[in-house]
Amino acid sequence: MLEAMPHRAAIWNFLFGRLTLDSLPFLANNAEGRILLVTLAVVVIIGVAILAAITKARKWGYLWHEWFTSVDHKKLGIMYMILGTVMLLRGFSDAIMMRAQQAYAFGPHMGYLPPQHYDQIFSAHGAIMIFFVGMTYIVGLMNYIMPLQIGSRDVAFPYLNNLSFWFTFGGAILFMVSLFLGDFSMAGWLGYPPVSELQQGPGVDYYIWGLQLSGVGTLLTGINFVVTILKMRAPGMTLMKMPVFTWTTLATSGLIIATFPVLTATLFLLGLDRYVGTHFFTDGFGGNLMMYINLIWIWGHPEVYILILPLFGVFSEIVPTFSGKPLFAYSSMVYATIAIMILSYLVWLHHFFTMGSGADVNSFFSLTTMMIAIPTGVKIFNWLFTMYRGRVRYTVPMLWAMGFLFTFTIGGMTGVMLSVTPADFLLHNSLFLIAHFHNVIIGGVVFGVFAAVNFWFPKAFGFKLDEFWGKATFWFWLVGFWVAFGPLYVLGLMGVTRRLSHFDDPSLQPYFIVAAFGAFLIALGILSFIIQIYVSIRQRKEYAVGGDPWDGRTLEWSTSSPPPEYNYAFIPVVHHRDAWAAMKKFGFTRPRGGYNDIHMPKNTPTGVVIGALAFACAFGLVWYIWWLAALSLLGVIVVSIVHSFDYHQHHHIHADEVRRSESGSNQAAAQGASA
Amino acid sequence: MNTTAIDTAPPAPADHYCLTESPPRNGTLLGFWIYLMSDCFIFASLFACYAVLGTEYAGGPTGAEVLDLPGLAVNTALLLVSSVVFGFAMLEMARQRKGAMLGWLAVAGLLAVAFVSFEIHEFLVMIADGAGPGRSAFLSSFFTLVATHGLHVTLGILWLVVLMVQTVKFGLNTDNVRRLRCLSMFWHFLDLVWVGVFSYVYLVGVLR
Repeated sequence: MLEAMPHRAAIWNFLFGRLTLDSLPFLANNAEGRILLVTLAVVVIIGVAILAAITKARKWGYLWHEWFTSVDHKKLGIMYMILGTVMLLRGFSDAIMMRAQQAYAFGPHMGYLPPQHYDQIFSAHGAIMIFFVGMTYIVGLMNYIMPLQIGSRDVAFPYLNNLSFWFTFGGAILFMVSLFLGDFSMAGWLGYPPVSELQQGPGVDYYIWGLQLSGVGTLLTGINFVVTILKMRAPGMTLMKMPVFTWTTLATSGLIIATFPVLTATLFLLGLDRYVGTHFFTDGFGGNLMMYINLIWIWGHPEVYILILPLFGVFSEIVPTFSGKPLFAYSSMVYATIAIMILSYLVWLHHFFTMGSGADVNSFFSLTTMMIAIPTGVKIFNWLFTMYRGRVRYTVPMLWAMGFLFTFTIGGMTGVMLSVTPADFLLHNSLFLIAHFHNVIIGGVVFGVFAAVNFWFPKAFGFKLDEFWGKATFWFWLVGFWVAFGPLYVLGLMGVTRRLSHFDDPSLQPYFIVAAFGAFLIALGILSFIIQIYVSIRQRKEYAVGGDPWDGRTLEWSTSSPPPEYNYAFIPVVHHRDAWAAMKKFGFTRPRGGYNDIHMPKNTPTGVVIGALAFACAFGLVWYIWWLAALSLLGVIVVSIVHSFDYHQHHHIHADEVRRSESGSNQAAAQGASA
Repeated sequence: MNTTAIDTAPPAPADHYCLTESPPRNGTLLGFWIYLMSDCFIFASLFACYAVLGTEYAGGPTGAEVLDLPGLAVNTALLLVSSVVFGFAMLEMARQRKGAMLGWLAVAGLLAVAFVSFEIHEFLVMIADGAGPGRSAFLSSFFTLVATHGLHVTLGILWLVVLMVQTVKFGLNTDNVRRLRCLSMFWHFLDLVWVGVFSYVYLVGVLR
């Protein structure tokens, strides 16, 4: 139910809803307030510096015309990757604060974070890392790579693609605003009731609306990608000739379509309980709290496979490339992907075996969970056999791939341990669980993203990333991960539960100190990554590469680096799997004339405008500023209608222009790149 | 490079590139169909909630007490006829008869407006009787499911009006025909969902 408005003149309540000066936590005269004040100062200084730099360089027009309004899948992909990296820094700051608190808060020492602040931090950490780091990164990768891999010029719905990005961006901004305006949810990353129903203030509402915005963006992306893959593949590329990354994109997008609506519905119902006073998940009036847990995990478990499948695809591209061999048992890789996709829908209850649904139900979900290890195991062996008797090049992407094989396999095995119901009753909500899912998400998703960034960066920008700092990033992350989460496995087995901001038993402290040191090593890993980007940009001339720097196997390596706006002057014809490797083998000839006019989608500001209005609507709903919410919702509808009156959403790139751009391109000549 | 095992297709095909541009492929109908399927999951979630909470009256009114079956029969008829009428409009579109198509579309739209008005009236009566969405989990799930459907119909009406204006202004061009096909799918989809609401929420709700 809606809370009472603050006591002040009605006009102020109308204008500002429940937003008051007391909602600015950084004004509070306590440790929490001071931490936030310093954070705010840093954010403001960095923000102003960036804005000033852009203004000074007169780049606003460039950013607006070339990036913000762009419908080019490559630019949107890069924007997703940048957003993901910024949010990674935010999510990691939360992580290191938690590690510092837990390493220190023993016995008489209460640490520097009061429980209500600590609770917000772990909730924000989880939600940000999943929705705005993991999802943002994978959507960015799929956006950039998939259309190139299928030999297409863009996605099926380029404007929708831009809109999706701005929805995601709006959600991310809403999460960031919650740092300095009001508070955040204390109900964990999935917003479990009753906490999420009872917590007063805007915290949970920030959570709900932030996720609704990004959820809409993700759903539209999923639809977009499925249609793109089904309708826009190059001639000759049958389904079983698609690169594995494209297959995993298809599977992930299918899962997005089949699960994100459930998330939308669930959060919508939670919102109704909070705003309208319905009784879906309340304790009284017939509400059913466990229904929320079921619904959210019906989305939540497929979600972790949504995150990991594209990275399986990434490794399926990297391992063959650097082993100089085709992927071992391509078809089994495809079928394993599909099997995982289907099974991921049948395991959600393993997140709450302790609900008490009885031995039969628990056994079913226990078995399906164990079964998912089989296709995953198939994949692991496929990668290993691809390397077997290959000529492995130990480049940075390959290091990440090998680190992944080692780390992820162990994470998978602890997952199978958790799927054993009796064991789960002991390990449920313990630090063992925390260690397990970080083991698969860091070892799988994060390692995969770093591998992908190192692998495809030369494609996107035309120069390689620095090798030394890339290796430093890898080793800091790999060692840091194990130092940070190894102790958590041990603590979990000893029965320590998650989400505690203070401990009484001093014998546990050494483990937490080691874990904090691990987090520090990971911080060095992130720092190395930033240095790597910086150094590489500084030395971009030295690191410049052609279209095919790695001796690649799939179509994206057949065009220039970076690819032109239209991707391919002539759409490739596919005869084999690993189409580009085959083209090189059979001595393809690239046409050097006879260019055609190319039909491309036109940029549009509608996505930015609708994203901004949707953000304003969400902000109004969080703070009960009803006029703002109503007006901006109306604005979304009006702008959409106005946009639909523009029937000319395409333009032509002239053949002359194509010729000019192709003559200066750095794409590989016939057989030039074969070593 | 060791590429001996690429696969066994015949070697060295002649054509590596399409030398001419093919017309852009349009996936809008498929995309919209997939969107409808995702919308199905929203409704599925709401149906599931109703299945779980449908008998949680919390001491309040039961389905048999608050649900108005005769009114509902009229309402259902309105929506189903609206769907049939939309089908007539699409037939006229296929014959390129713009005026007749617009006429049928207007009828379909008015029937839908009547449907939504009836529904709002039903809600207001229930709320006035103390059977609002906050009374019990049963009523929460009832209102949410039915109102979500009603909201879809309302948006469909808005879309219909916009498309009628666009057809009058720009004629039956490719874009408008495609958009009308999408709206047609949307319209029939909502009908289908309503059949579920009617049979599961109302009929079962009254019986149990």
